[in-house]
Amino acid sequence: MKFGVVVFPGSNCDHDMYHALKILAGNEVQFIWHQDTSLAGFDGVVLPGGFSYGDYLRAGAIARFSPILQEIIRFAKKGKIVLGICNGFQVLTESGLLPGALMRNQNLRFICKHVYIRTENNQTVFTKGLKSGQILRIPIAHGEGKYYIDDHNLKKLDEHRQIVFRYCSPDGQLRDEYNPNGSKASIAGVINKEGNVLGMMPHPERAIELLLGSADGRYLLESMIG
Amino acid sequence: MKVSIQVRLKNGILDPQGKTVNNALHHLGFKNIQNVRIGKLIEFDIREADKKKASVIIEDACKKLLSNPVIEDFSYVLGED
Repeated sequence: MKFGVVVFPGSNCDHDMYHALKILAGNEVQFIWHQDTSLAGFDGVVLPGGFSYGDYLRAGAIARFSPILQEIIRFAKKGKIVLGICNGFQVLTESGLLPGALMRNQNLRFICKHVYIRTENNQTVFTKGLKSGQILRIPIAHGEGKYYIDDHNLKKLDEHRQIVFRYCSPDGQLRDEYNPNGSKASIAGVINKEGNVLGMMPHPERAIELLLGSADGRYLLESMIG
Repeated sequence: MKVSIQVRLKNGILDPQGKTVNNALHHLGFKNIQNVRIGKLIEFDIREADKKKASVIIEDACKKLLSNPVIEDFSYVLGED
């Protein structure tokens, strides 16, 4: 499996993701510049965290029109793997590849800390190495991570099992005080109906070495690598 | 032609920024101000003399980029040069 990590002006988790994919199973991984127009030879693409185009207008709004995104939309329609982390998740909702939108955190602050997330669906290509309900401790670092979707579409998300992760307490309870940014239904990550595009605010690539506080992100990235 | 676009959060979507500014205004004694909502103002010139044609272009731009239809509504005013 060969993976590409997209680099936009303003990406800042691209090297972390590259490092993570490189050390996990010695995967073939390469950077992809946002002006590139081909994904030939790649099996999966990761949109990393950061502040693409300075978050101008809305987070992810400008990146959505970069040349590589047009190719990523075609790539996703072919059923190839696309993972968006943090700003990458924002780009995926802006481009319409994932439903909903990400808004300013409820408390208006940038939040950077480890949180707990619960695996709501382990029947996806990204979570097949996780147990149902497994709790992961993974860091978040964002100012605009409050997931919003209207009630009608929330119901559809639920019906199609598209909610993959929810923020929770250390023992897996869904409570407001463990929903760091005010996301609707504590949603931390969603997948498309077809099951090949996942977006999430927490950063698995920052949780792959115990030395740095947690290695729980490995479960997810290793599942994706296959 | 001058164009002025207002982008605002849809009704019913909580605006924590507006709420915080609302509270700050109350602390300053502006007790009769309420329901503060904060949006964006976008201005530009458009090279199109026909108002109808200009409107079509503006609405297209608003839907594709300037607003996010999931969370925002937009309105605009066309002005003379």
